[in-house]
Amino acid sequence: MSEGKKNITRRDFLKTTGVATGALIGGGIIGGLVGFNMDKTDQGVSNVGKENHAMPTPRGMQFFQNTRDFEVLSNATERIFPKDDLGPGAIELGVPYFIDHQLAGQYGSNSREYMHGPFAVGAATQGYQSRLTRGAIFRQGITLLEAEANKRFDTGFSSLEGEQMDEILTAFQNDEIPMAGTTSAFFFRLLRSATLEGAYSDPMYGGNNNMDAWRMKEFPGHQMAYINLIEDEKFQKIEPMSLGEM
Amino acid sequence: MATNLPKVDVIVVGLGWTGGIIAAECAKAGLKVIGLERGRSRGTEDYLRIHDEYRYALRYELMQDLSKETITIRNNRKMPALPMRQLSSFLLGEGLGGSGTHWNGHTWRFYPYDFQIKTMTDQKYGPNKLSKEYLLQDWGVTYDELEPYFYKYEQTAGISGEDKNPFWGKRAQQFPTPPMKKTPILKKFEGATQKLGYTPFMLPSANLSEAYTNPDGEVINACQYCGFCERFGCEYGAKTSPEITVIPTARKTGNFEERFHANVVEVIKNGNKVSGVKYIDTQSGEEFIQPAEVVVLASYVMNNAKLLMVSKIGEQYDPDTGRGTLGKNYCYQILPGATGYFDEQMNVFMGAGALGMTIDDFNGDNFDHSDLDFIHGGSISITQTGYRPIETNPIQSDTPTWGPEFKKNSIYNYTRTLGIGGQGASMPHKENYLSLDGNYKDAYGVPLLQMTYNFTDQDRALHKHLSEVCSNIMKEMGAKTVDIKKPITDYDIVGYQTTHNTGGTIMGSSPDNSVVNSYLQHWDAENLFVVGAGNFPHNGGYNPTGTVAALAYRSAEGIVNYSKNGGSLV
Repeated sequence: MSEGKKNITRRDFLKTTGVATGALIGGGIIGGLVGFNMDKTDQGVSNVGKENHAMPTPRGMQFFQNTRDFEVLSNATERIFPKDDLGPGAIELGVPYFIDHQLAGQYGSNSREYMHGPFAVGAATQGYQSRLTRGAIFRQGITLLEAEANKRFDTGFSSLEGEQMDEILTAFQNDEIPMAGTTSAFFFRLLRSATLEGAYSDPMYGGNNNMDAWRMKEFPGHQMAYINLIEDEKFQKIEPMSLGEM
Repeated sequence: MATNLPKVDVIVVGLGWTGGIIAAECAKAGLKVIGLERGRSRGTEDYLRIHDEYRYALRYELMQDLSKETITIRNNRKMPALPMRQLSSFLLGEGLGGSGTHWNGHTWRFYPYDFQIKTMTDQKYGPNKLSKEYLLQDWGVTYDELEPYFYKYEQTAGISGEDKNPFWGKRAQQFPTPPMKKTPILKKFEGATQKLGYTPFMLPSANLSEAYTNPDGEVINACQYCGFCERFGCEYGAKTSPEITVIPTARKTGNFEERFHANVVEVIKNGNKVSGVKYIDTQSGEEFIQPAEVVVLASYVMNNAKLLMVSKIGEQYDPDTGRGTLGKNYCYQILPGATGYFDEQMNVFMGAGALGMTIDDFNGDNFDHSDLDFIHGGSISITQTGYRPIETNPIQSDTPTWGPEFKKNSIYNYTRTLGIGGQGASMPHKENYLSLDGNYKDAYGVPLLQMTYNFTDQDRALHKHLSEVCSNIMKEMGAKTVDIKKPITDYDIVGYQTTHNTGGTIMGSSPDNSVVNSYLQHWDAENLFVVGAGNFPHNGGYNPTGTVAALAYRSAEGIVNYSKNGGSLV
């Protein structure tokens, strides 16, 4: 697609899918396919992607209540996914905002998970058994990262050197920090997963700013079709697309 | 108080693949069918913005809402069972299409050997090949009897494939559509396996190679290789699923009514028959009694077993005495494999759920087991399903899991890593079974299903054997370094493995060894049918859907016959 094949033409698309050939489901699909904006020269289909980019996005905290906690979170995610010569780290990608927003919603309240008691610690093979929601685990974990920094280095987590932060994160990872209702190893796993989710999810969730994490990884994001490229021996460098640009 | 509704010919509980097949076939035969589905309606128009890994693959948008119902789990009878609070090891479906919406589309026929595994194992290796704790049994139906029904499903689904596997059961007809594209990644596997003396072939796929109209007149479009199949619905209607095939077929007859948000909590038994079901409208909270001439349980393995248990239909299996058949022979699968790290970049983000090549040289009894301490085997495949960036962070086993080295390595390896995986068969064991939980309940006050399950010595030996084969193929493919899958120990519900759960409502030749007969008709209630992978007395080395669907088509024929003539179908 780097060779000018970025937009599969409407005709190719109809040909390859066979969409035009037979009885369709209701007719809903045609309406939907127009929304795909397959051919950007097609008049009458508005492309608002560029305008969206130009709009300033207000950013704020939906879950965390003070800047100190948010900065602890930010610095911890940056240690997990740091800025380097390949490109931005978690902070520039917006990962802390992603996590904050997720904690304020369904993810943070475990609303689609079985959260009824009685609760027991259980064996490792039985998985998540905490009575705490992810929101509660993060709140406690972030507070404890700060407390551990004060205990070890007599200063807040966000004032530490990188190696000192790593020392504390490693202690959490190795389950050395007592937590109520969960373990520090579990909190660390959650923090690590959430960091990667924020870095690599669609930018519409608030992370992966400008799709830069996808660019580093050479993942093209939301593309309609690879049918014309998948047999090519050559590696394809493709400018990524976000669902927000649909 | 429950409201009594007018009687109907057939109730189908659950509208995934099996429910959809039964509904379509019965409605075509003129029976009035009501489908009760606890989830929502949905269809292709809902999948147009599906390329969202976070929402669908990580947060499981299309899967079962566990806040309403889950199962409890333990590795053995001595452990307290605890609820599976989050989805992970397997992904239960919910809503129209069930897991047939978010499947990958690998569509196999189990081996002739699978259906007669007990007889054939005893004949070839003697009666003591496995210890008595392994509850092997024949299925009560043969491959030859099922062959037309396999084909019937393949026609409905338009399966893309090629008849080039020298080992599998004889096919009376070719696949309805040609195989998918053979990509450079697949060709690496093809070359390596051929060099090693194996016979690679294109994986039979429900992501269609070309547009296709099935015998019911439903159109399935051609796959665009967008890389979002498993855990996603198809925005093109190119991955065959119930909501684009059997469900519209049932609707067209005018004999089919769908009721959504309808959660069945009991099958009502009267003497040697059932009279209908009780369900709750999960939106209004109202209770209804829906009477019927025939009740078909077509929900997933877990819920089919649970509904029989809470309705007290059949005798619960007891591992101490070996008595009872309900809940018996719960099986899973094992996932041996190897990961290879290459120098060159590959288009790993392109793909389709069932785009792959397979060898069956180590599946079933296709190789001699005389000197091995296990039976059966597994298919070994490379699949190009489309690596997605959140979950694909390949690092060699000695790389840290976070920080600068992790970032560099996972990004470098992302386009340079391939995996080869086996689907190892799972043999029934007396200690692996389903029952009702005594402590935990669902949102409607009904006990949760309890799973007691661990890997067996047979599983561990087979896993090791197949992983070594995978590793050798990967080396032959030119990987710079190869990581072999670690040997398995205890079953752990954390980390996705496979949604190929089987058993618990097994089929067989007699009420002494099974819950249902070969038409999936309950031995204790002739107008009750229980359909799904729960019918498998053991699990084979393939994805189950093709075999589940063939059994469902045969069962549908039985239901139509039963509706005319009554009585036992065997």
